[in-house]
Amino acid sequence: MPTIQNQELISFVEKMPAFPKSVQRVVQLTSDINASAKEIVRVIESDPVMTVKILKVINSAFYGLPQKITSIQRAVVHIGLNTIKNLALSVAAMGVLQPTNKADFDTQKFLLHSLTTASLCRMLAEKLKVKASECSDFFVAGLVHDFGKIVFAEFDPVNFKLALDKSAKENISLHEAEFEFMGINHAQVGKILAEKWELDPVLIDAIEHHHDTLNETMLSACIFTANQISKKLQFGFAGNPVIEETPDEIIPRFELTLDDLISSLGDLSPIKSEALSFINS
Amino acid sequence: MKLRFWGVRGSIATPGPNTVKYGGNTTCIEITTDNNDLIILDAGTGIHPFGLELLKKLPVTAHLFITHTHWDHIQGLPFFSPIFIPGNEVQIYGGLDPVTNEGIERALGVQLQYSYFPIREAELNAKVEYNTIKPGESVSIGNAKVTPILLSHPVLNFGYRIDCDGQSIFFTGDYEPVFNIYQPEDDEYEEYQSFIDQKQHEIIMAMKNVDALIIDSSYTAEEYLAKKGWGHGTYASAIELAAKAQAKKLFFTHHEPTRTDDQLEHIYAQLLKDNPNLKYEVILAKEGVDIYL
Repeated sequence: MPTIQNQELISFVEKMPAFPKSVQRVVQLTSDINASAKEIVRVIESDPVMTVKILKVINSAFYGLPQKITSIQRAVVHIGLNTIKNLALSVAAMGVLQPTNKADFDTQKFLLHSLTTASLCRMLAEKLKVKASECSDFFVAGLVHDFGKIVFAEFDPVNFKLALDKSAKENISLHEAEFEFMGINHAQVGKILAEKWELDPVLIDAIEHHHDTLNETMLSACIFTANQISKKLQFGFAGNPVIEETPDEIIPRFELTLDDLISSLGDLSPIKSEALSFINS
Repeated sequence: MKLRFWGVRGSIATPGPNTVKYGGNTTCIEITTDNNDLIILDAGTGIHPFGLELLKKLPVTAHLFITHTHWDHIQGLPFFSPIFIPGNEVQIYGGLDPVTNEGIERALGVQLQYSYFPIREAELNAKVEYNTIKPGESVSIGNAKVTPILLSHPVLNFGYRIDCDGQSIFFTGDYEPVFNIYQPEDDEYEEYQSFIDQKQHEIIMAMKNVDALIIDSSYTAEEYLAKKGWGHGTYASAIELAAKAQAKKLFFTHHEPTRTDDQLEHIYAQLLKDNPNLKYEVILAKEGVDIYL
């Protein structure tokens, strides 16, 4: 049964706070006149909520930028570090996402999944020889691909919990269970929000289709694959126990099975430890 | 077009014997088109003497474009006499602040409050209207076309290009060329540099072939070392931009507030000596001189 009303959802997410660690770091860094620019960018890009909220502002039609801004680094070049700092501070002023929620969705494990998927997505882009100027876009896409889940946990925790429980118990994909209980899944919710916020159509598409290949692109292939690697290596957990088969459309991109691809990437444990060091520092 | 600087000083007004030649008022630039349409860039303290001059030509219709809302670019606005006189019209243009989500009306509204000024906005007698404008979208004022572009400063800042009757002017507002926040050994360095190069290209295209290029040149290269990230450019960065844009005249403005007339002239003489082959004229912006392009 569909229970999600778009307008209500959009208003809710406008007020949704960011993750505790990044809020705390943003408050610290914005109180230090000598804080390094790259540290501020790193903190913002370690939080899917803060990242989408800043991309939303910079991509608004009011700044009429010649191209969509898909990373915080690009945003700094266009609108300046101080504005980005102040935008981050205004997100921080909304409070912090509570570590517990009525859906029993573990937000720390979710964040670890998002951050590792982001890093893996960039790594895959580099492997596919994506231009250097686009690699941070791949990172951001990986970071925000599951944004819809954290929205569900806050906005519709009762039904989201039912979906999480069913997915765990019956070992079915979480997005299928979400659809059953809420009439919509996290990829679709992510798409609705990303569209409302006028994000890059390529990013919107990648969020919408990160579980299917209806509109396969280099970006969606990298997100899909990074997502499966992160799940397979158990880097955090975002509620979906199922590791999906690599679809036929994606296989030629990497020309390797998932296991062989993972082996070819070498030691991936630093990706997890780096993300953990941010979450726990 | 006629161009006249009414304020050339950065940050704070600096009256006194040491600034009497170039001027101590903060930023305000008059542009009068051949058809007598009036475009004003910024409302620093220089807009006060300009407003007094305009009282001789009532009624006034003025189009005021604000580059950004730091004090030195808006502080003269409540003292711009035409706003108090019925029959005048002042159209104010500027961008939407990304952090507060407020339009340019805040620049005046915030100053016309009981604690800061004796007259409230509701008491202004001229027709004063606000226009939120977007980068890349031109505004037509008579024959003139004014086009904003987003330029880097600690707050939202528009540069403006004015094209009219076959002539053109570009003013940066406050502007520091973007620098790489990463070190060459960082993984992100190359990618970030490619973003900077794209943006730089966009800026040069917006300034391309202008007859008058007016640039924030607050610092010498030596001073800049201690002021990187403060949002202002140098004489050298202005010269580089003007060369790339193939401008015909380059005006240095936003003079550093502690800079005396003598120091300005000393720096200027040194710049000419260090750059003997400039293909365009370089000029220190000076208050009160009519410049016909």
